[in-house]
Formats: sequence, C-alpha cells, structure tokens
Amino acid sequence: MMPSNTIPWPPLIYLFAGIFIPLAALKWRRLAGWLALVATAAAAFFSVVNLLRALDQGVISYRFGGWIPPIGIEYILDPLSGFVTTVINLIALGVLFHAHRSVEAEIRESRWPPYYALVMLFLTGANGIIMTGDFFNLYVFLEIGSLSLYGLIAVGEKKSPVAAFRYLVMGTVGGGFYLLGVGFLYLVTGSLNMGDVRNILFHLPVTPPLIVALTLMLIGLGIKMAVFPLHGWLPDAYTYAPSPTSAIMAPIGTKIGAYSIARIFFFIFGLKLITQVTPIAQVLAWLSAIGIIYGSILAMAQNEIKRMLAYSSVAQVGYIGLGLGLANSFGFIGALLHIMNHGLMKACLFLVAGNFRLRLGHSRIDRLDDSLRRSMPWSTAAFTLAALAMIGVPPTVGFFSKWYLALGAIEKKNWLFLMVILISSLLNAVYFFRVIERMYFRPVNSRQTSENLSETTSAEAREVGPWLLLPTLIFALALVVIGFLNVWIVKTILTKALPAVF
Amino acid sequence: MTSFILGHYAYWFILLLLVIGLYGLIMKRNLVKKVIGMSIFQVAIILFFIASSTKWEATVPVLSGHQETIQTAAYINPLPHTLMLTAIVVGVATSGVAFALIILIYRRYRTLNEAELLKRMAEDDAE
Repeated sequence: MMPSNTIPWPPLIYLFAGIFIPLAALKWRRLAGWLALVATAAAAFFSVVNLLRALDQGVISYRFGGWIPPIGIEYILDPLSGFVTTVINLIALGVLFHAHRSVEAEIRESRWPPYYALVMLFLTGANGIIMTGDFFNLYVFLEIGSLSLYGLIAVGEKKSPVAAFRYLVMGTVGGGFYLLGVGFLYLVTGSLNMGDVRNILFHLPVTPPLIVALTLMLIGLGIKMAVFPLHGWLPDAYTYAPSPTSAIMAPIGTKIGAYSIARIFFFIFGLKLITQVTPIAQVLAWLSAIGIIYGSILAMAQNEIKRMLAYSSVAQVGYIGLGLGLANSFGFIGALLHIMNHGLMKACLFLVAGNFRLRLGHSRIDRLDDSLRRSMPWSTAAFTLAALAMIGVPPTVGFFSKWYLALGAIEKKNWLFLMVILISSLLNAVYFFRVIERMYFRPVNSRQTSENLSETTSAEAREVGPWLLLPTLIFALALVVIGFLNVWIVKTILTKALPAVF
Repeated sequence: MTSFILGHYAYWFILLLLVIGLYGLIMKRNLVKKVIGMSIFQVAIILFFIASSTKWEATVPVLSGHQETIQTAAYINPLPHTLMLTAIVVGVATSGVAFALIILIYRRYRTLNEAELLKRMAEDDAE
C-alpha cells in the first residue's frame, strides 16, 4: 500500500538529501556518495510509482500547503511528467552508481560532500521543473538546477571555471529572458498557474504582449535546451567538466529545457498560437534542423571523445526540437522517445569516456589503437553498441525515435526535414566509425609509444572495475532491451502523454 | 503617441537598463564587468515586474480591520513584489557563484581580461 501523496516526493527527497549530505558527511566523507545513491534510488522508485499512478488515473494535481491552485503552487502529475521524471531519475541512478568511483578518481576528497550535495540540488531542480504547474516556480527550479550545474562543472580540469563562467553568463541571460516572458504573460493573463493561464488564454484575443511573452520564453528555454544558435555554452562545458558531471549533465541538462518547451508551448499555449498565429513551431523545427547538420559536422572535426560527444549532443537536441517543431503526433512521440533514448545513449557514451580517462589518462581519438579492444573489451563494446544506437541501427533505441521523426516529417510532407534526418544518420556513422575504427583496427605501432610518459598506453590499461563497468553495461544493454520494448512504451505511455490537440 | 511614450516612461527606462546590461555582458572584455552587466540585466527585469504592479491612487496592500468587500483597485498588486524577492535571491546567488568562478579563473590564469585569457588557454593547448 502506497501513501497517496507521493507526487512531490522525488524533488523533495533530492532537496533534503542535498541539505543532509554536507552535514552527515562532515565526519565520514565516504558517506556522501552512499547517501546520494540511496536518495536517488528512493526518488527513482517514487517516480516509477508516480508514473504508474498517472497511467492509471490520468492527470493528478498536488496542492502545496493545501492552497487552491490559482493562488497556491500545484504539481501536475500526468503521463508526460511521470515518464520524464522516471527516465531522468533512472538515468541519474545509473550515473551516480558509476560516479562512486569516478568522483574518487577525479575530485579531491574534501570536495566529495559538496559535490554530491550539488548533484542532489541539480536533480531537485530537474524534477521540480518537470513536476511543477506554475510558471514562476519553474523559473526558480531552473535557476536551482543551473546554479548547481555551474558548480559541478567548475571542479573539473584547468579550463573548467572558464567554461562554467561562460555557461553562467548565458544561463543567466536565458533565465532572465524566461522570467521576462513570464512577466509579460502575467501582465496579459493575470495568472501564473499553467492550467489557469491556458483557460484564460482560450478566451483572450492575441495581443502583441502575448507574442512577446512567447518569443522571450522560447529564447530563454532555448538557451537552456541548447537549440542551434544558442548552444554556445555547451561544448566547453561538456568537455572540461569532470567525467561524472558530463555524464549526469549530458543526459539530463538539455532534456529539461526540451521538456519545458514541450510542456509550455504545446500544453499551455496550444497549437493554434504556436503554428498559425506565430511561427514558433516552424522556427524551432528549422533551427533544430540546422543544428542537427551543424552539430554533426563539427562533431566530425573533433579530436577528443568528450568534445565530439558534446557536439553530437547539439545535433541530438536538434532531433528533439525538430520533433516538437513538426507539431504532429508522430513528431511529438519521436521527440519524447528521443528524450529517453538520447539520455540513455549519451549516459552510456560519457560513462565509457570516463572509463577511458580513468584508465588511459586521456580520451583523445588520435591516441587510441586496437590494443584497447583487448585491454578494455567491455568498455569498447559498450561504446560501439551506443555508437550504433546513435547512428540508428534497427534493434537499438536510436532507430525508433528517428523512425517516428521521419514519419512525422512525411506526414507534414516536409521532404527537407526527412533528408536532414537521413543525412545526419550518415554523418553520425562517419564520426562514430572514426573512433570505432581506431579502437578495433588501428595497429598499435602506428603511433609513437614514448610521446608522453605520464599517460598509460592502451596496451597497459586494464578494464575498469565492476563499479564502473556494471552501470556502463546496464546502459548498453538497456539500449537494445528498450529498443525491443519501444512499441510497448509508445502504446502504454507516450500515446497518453500527447497533448489533447493532436 | 506622445502620451504613449510619456505614459510608459518607466518601461522605456527599464528597456534602456536591459540593453545596457546586455551590452556590458556581451561587449565588455573584463569578466568582472560582465558580471556587472549581468546584475544590471537582472535588476532591469526586477524593476519591470515592480513597475507592472503599480496603480494610480492605490495604496499598500495591507487590510485594516475587517472589510466586507475588498476594493482591488485601491491596493497595489503585491504578487510581483513577492516574486521579485525570490528573483533577487536568485540574482545574489548567481553573482556569488560568478565571483567565485572569477576568483578561480584568476588563480589559474592570472588575468581577467577575456582576450588575454583565451590566449593563455590556447598556450596551454599548445604545450
């Protein structure tokens, strides 16, 4: 028997864990990682419970402090928010399992408790953004999540504070634009509650302030989501952050922005406002399409696995934006599926990049050779599987989200978008096979072994321990298993998560 | 037209502040000045919310004694003020994190000038 008020528990568990970890870990630093793991497991469990409830009962509203919604803050649990919280909490669980060892290796011991506390606060923000039904509350959670991320990035290698500062400047501008948009929306509607705003907008004529509000919100959330021209912060932040941060930021960070755009523009403003009155959906689709090609091409030019994955993220976020921008049910399902799939794929790839850094001391593509396949067989296998999923080879998850996106583009009769999806798969193949080719077929003696003595050569490296290997393999396995389960996921969850207009 | 311009003078001022903030954020080379620009940008947004809540001939939203019907036109809207309390806290936290990062950057690169910083970062790569 489950208590009936589990709806706000995932963000609350993270919030209390974020406060409790630095206190408890004052004396025992090793406790921090364990507490974070326990808190994430609990939050993941309750988000699964929430998802099952939402599938069973439809939309449920949770009122904070018992205040009636337009006045008080409410949390909305519907199949969409239930699905996304479940996905990000399960991914966070896997990544934190892996972080247990990689934090030990990359971060000074005195910083473990604050590091885990910041991870918890970041997840508080992520869960809060997804659950909340209030525009201003969303802004607060957005800033909670972003502020913790700046700290998480800045503990990395030498350049990481610069990357974090750049992200801070852009992130603050993004948050500011969103807040300004909320201000205009409040002037027009007189309400901050999402459901209330939807009902009021239904009766209101379209006025310039409303369009300004929409545009400002799109820019603000677009920066958080890293849509093409607003992605400037992303490559450096992903590259210079410590591996556990990259692994938790890449699958979750940008998805939150994507989710907020889906929630606000499709559920609150409605299709008419974003496709007919203003071309917001079209703009999003076109920018995303450019971003897909741009990100894929730049990913081909990188010589460092993490940086390549960062540019690939710009492209993959583009798929989500494209799916949303198509504004039909296939596109929306493709986008939601890709939120989950890209989260899993990127988590797996960044975990492998972390494993390489741990064992080799670097993750540069030009220094990899085929001894790696013998010395770290499981990590390379997981990388290959995830790379195939990114390319979109059929039984893996990547194929299915691209399939739905392609169906959406065909339904819209937009052949250019279809071409973009197909060409980008080809480009994905090019940049991932560069790495795979080096890992499996490049003979050892083609590079000078003595060029850097501080680095372990690939032949001397050992496979990482079970703590690091297990989550990597679980993610890799999930890519295939969920690929087979995709019909079930789409049928039971995602078709219920569509906005009513489709 | 003149009444439109004069009637919204607070908003023109806020718009100017917003642009000054963004200018500082983008064009200034010094990282501290960028943070100053960021703060101006945030203050402009806070002022925007506050300005939107004002009404002519209205007073502070404190009810004195028990009243049967509440004349909403007689009181200033208190909601934007409370929202902006939170936004101010967010702004303070952001500046705090920004200055902490600036200290870190200065310790590692001994400069706060962006051009110089990029040069020294590129030198690191070359090594």
